[in-house]
Amino acid sequence: MTQFIVNGQDVTLDIDPDTPLLWALRDDLHLTGTKFGCGVAQCGACTVMLNGMPRRSCVTPLSMVEGGEVTTIEGMTGPEIEAVKQAWVAIDVPQCGWCQSGQIMSATALLQQSATAPTDADIDAAMAGNVCRCATYVRIRAAIHDAARTLEL
Amino acid sequence: MSSMFVKALQPAPLLLPSRRMVLAGAAGLTLAFFIAPRGLRAQAPAPITAPNAFLRIGADDTVTVLSKHLEMGQGPYTGLATLVAEELDASWDQMRAEGAPADDSLYANLAFGAQGTGGSTAMANSWTQMRMVGATARAMLVAAAAAEWGVPAAEVRIAEGVISHGDRRSGFGAFAARAATMPMPESPPLKDPSAFRLIGTDRPKLDTVGKTNGTAQFTMDIHREGMLTVLVARPPAFGATLVSFDDKAALAVPGVEMVRRIGAGVAVYAKGTYAALKGRRALDVEWDSAQAERRSTDEIFSDFSAAAEAGGQTVEEEGDIAAGFAAAAQIIEGEIRFPYLAHAPMEPLDAVIEVKGGKAELWYGCQFPTFDRPTVAKALGLPVEDVRINVILAGGSFGRRAQGSAHIAQEIGEIAKAAGRDGAFKMLMTREDDLHGGYYRPLTVHRLRAGIDDAGNITAWTNSIANQSIMSGTPMEAMMQGGVDPTSFEGSNALPYVFGSRRIGWAQMESPVPVLWWRSVGHTHTAFAVETFLDRVLEAAGKDPLQGRLDLLKPEALRERAVLETAGRMADWQGPVKDGRGYGIAWAKSFGSYVAQVVEVEDRDGRPHATRVWCAVDCGIAINPNVIRAQMEGGIGYALSTALYSKVSLGPGGGVEQSNFHDYPMLRIHEMPAVEVEIIRSSVDPTGVGEPGVPPLGPALANAWRALTGQVTSELPFPMQSNV
Ligand code: FES
Ligand code: FES
Repeated sequence: MTQFIVNGQDVTLDIDPDTPLLWALRDDLHLTGTKFGCGVAQCGACTVMLNGMPRRSCVTPLSMVEGGEVTTIEGMTGPEIEAVKQAWVAIDVPQCGWCQSGQIMSATALLQQSATAPTDADIDAAMAGNVCRCATYVRIRAAIHDAARTLEL
Repeated sequence: MSSMFVKALQPAPLLLPSRRMVLAGAAGLTLAFFIAPRGLRAQAPAPITAPNAFLRIGADDTVTVLSKHLEMGQGPYTGLATLVAEELDASWDQMRAEGAPADDSLYANLAFGAQGTGGSTAMANSWTQMRMVGATARAMLVAAAAAEWGVPAAEVRIAEGVISHGDRRSGFGAFAARAATMPMPESPPLKDPSAFRLIGTDRPKLDTVGKTNGTAQFTMDIHREGMLTVLVARPPAFGATLVSFDDKAALAVPGVEMVRRIGAGVAVYAKGTYAALKGRRALDVEWDSAQAERRSTDEIFSDFSAAAEAGGQTVEEEGDIAAGFAAAAQIIEGEIRFPYLAHAPMEPLDAVIEVKGGKAELWYGCQFPTFDRPTVAKALGLPVEDVRINVILAGGSFGRRAQGSAHIAQEIGEIAKAAGRDGAFKMLMTREDDLHGGYYRPLTVHRLRAGIDDAGNITAWTNSIANQSIMSGTPMEAMMQGGVDPTSFEGSNALPYVFGSRRIGWAQMESPVPVLWWRSVGHTHTAFAVETFLDRVLEAAGKDPLQGRLDLLKPEALRERAVLETAGRMADWQGPVKDGRGYGIAWAKSFGSYVAQVVEVEDRDGRPHATRVWCAVDCGIAINPNVIRAQMEGGIGYALSTALYSKVSLGPGGGVEQSNFHDYPMLRIHEMPAVEVEIIRSSVDPTGVGEPGVPPLGPALANAWRALTGQVTSELPFPMQSNV
């Protein structure tokens, strides 16, 4: 029995505590915005916030989430996610779209943690864990700069 | 997929709108207005519940285009909707798009004569058809408004989604039902290109918003009541067969419901992915590898290299080769090796099926409905009409979902059949399954030889290519002509260069490793071989890479010349080395489009780092420049990833040596160059953009690297190094 909070709601799951958070979210809670790309912390498609920090849900067992607070792409709120989503649409970032929830989670985390506008090097450091097979990187970079401007960083 | 595939299949007659229906929408509120192709005119009306047409106008004024092309990131939903909206004079805000279901009779790719997406044909084959759909719907809306208002049709106007006459104004929704009863115009006029207001302008894609908030529905996101997740234990080597398995330990895993033998291997059915993963791990399976590919990549390369050396069968010959070499003052030779490549779409392959009361419904990113639907029907023993495939968004494909063998359709059909009961099943592959799963870009060897005379003319050019055929042994085999598969060497022949003599040869190789089209198909290796070898030849002849190419082009090669000159101008081309950086140029024509690229490269610890890319593209009329730029940017990143990192290799005994992104690395953001794209203005009908951005990047990069370091790249990828 694992108890935690997902997108502001109390959740109790009676499944194997070894189950990666990714599959609990997708298969048991039907929160499918969080994606599977590799299962071994190599691609970032499964990125969620755990207690406010970005985390690869594919390598996070449920047992580690006990009592914690998980936020997925569906439950993100605040000025940073709004600015990021707006920039993503304005610059038309996604192609196939499969990696984009993870990209947006990492980008939002970067902006939440930035006191000033992130540089290209900051973006490289924060986003290098997120693979985009469609290689939308030119636009991801542009959209993060754009969101930072909206947030007046 | 190949441009030859496009040519080889019977072209279908242009299907134009001819029939309409009125339909109460699922919610009971939406009046729908369907336009179906002329081909069905003689037949009985299809059941009204099937959304079997291209266009639906809702009472809420939304216009939904049913896309006959799979949306896997290349933008066809937006492109087809643009064509319809242009002629319909809809406002862009009211446009929507969704996937059309599997139905050859309605949704054939006019380039193939059957329903399928590939060969960068989505816009080219829809260019006239979808504009006709829009123009027809427009004429019928006008007729409906004229009848309702009692005014001449010629006086009714439509602009930006508003129908008007004098002071009267209305949206489309109010007239959708009446419009459906109006006579169908035989040949509604299409706009003159000078009147286009949407075509040629930037628009964000219709599917973008859902891809930024987690709501876009892909195959893996589908849930059905009582659904089981299925993982398949697959052979450890290509061609290995199942001997026996022990499922006791697997069945003891909580959540595992059953284990079945299917053609692809041993299927584990479980409640949820994690239980299926654990169940599959607990299986004990014995395989027989006697008939399998046991050669390592090194051994396969030696065999293919020997075959290329022997010359293969002649697929193109011009002039007197022997005389050409005899007249040469110098002879340049080279061999270039290309490994097997996995497509590695970000969403690994998957499919969902639900079987209930003798009918099957599927949801997945189905790229070749024409092959998949009958395959599922046969596997289940059902008539084709009782199989419905809902074609939904795919998280990338790059050719991987376009299977002539229909092996995923076969697998999901067998999974449902072997369950022995009604129910819903989701099959998915892990990244390891995907990388080990074959259907690779064919491993290929090119052997090239050129003679140059004292004046720097190329007197002889030969290229022999050894690889497996993609079409052979599939339903596409019928399209091979004289035993030759053009996808094996496309891009190496019919070059617009002036050579004194030339010969292109192809040796068809065999292996149990299944191969498939991979974003730009034959051009993935031919452009690299031709354009890097030519670069060496031009240097030996004392010529500049850009000017040398321009001088070598035949006079009629105007579009080739334009993209080369444009890319050179964009990059401010001043030769191959400047301020410690290397510059390389290459171009290719693929899928009807012309692309030239200049790559700027730096030496970072002995490895190439691409800093900037300038890209000139001529794809005919630019329907949506935003999408064209996106596809060039994406194609460049995809090709750079490939040149730097991609290699599927077989170890001793034939097992695949890579398993996940740690040893099959993907390009990451810090390695992505800045990209500038210029689209050549054109009045020629549009051609593809999904694939053509890929071929020139690798050779332009290698040319820049050789200019900078003197190193010739004779094997891809560049020597491996971790990028994490
Ligand atoms: S799925 Fe978790 S990092 Fe790739
Ligand atoms: S948009 Fe396709 S993987 Fe990133």
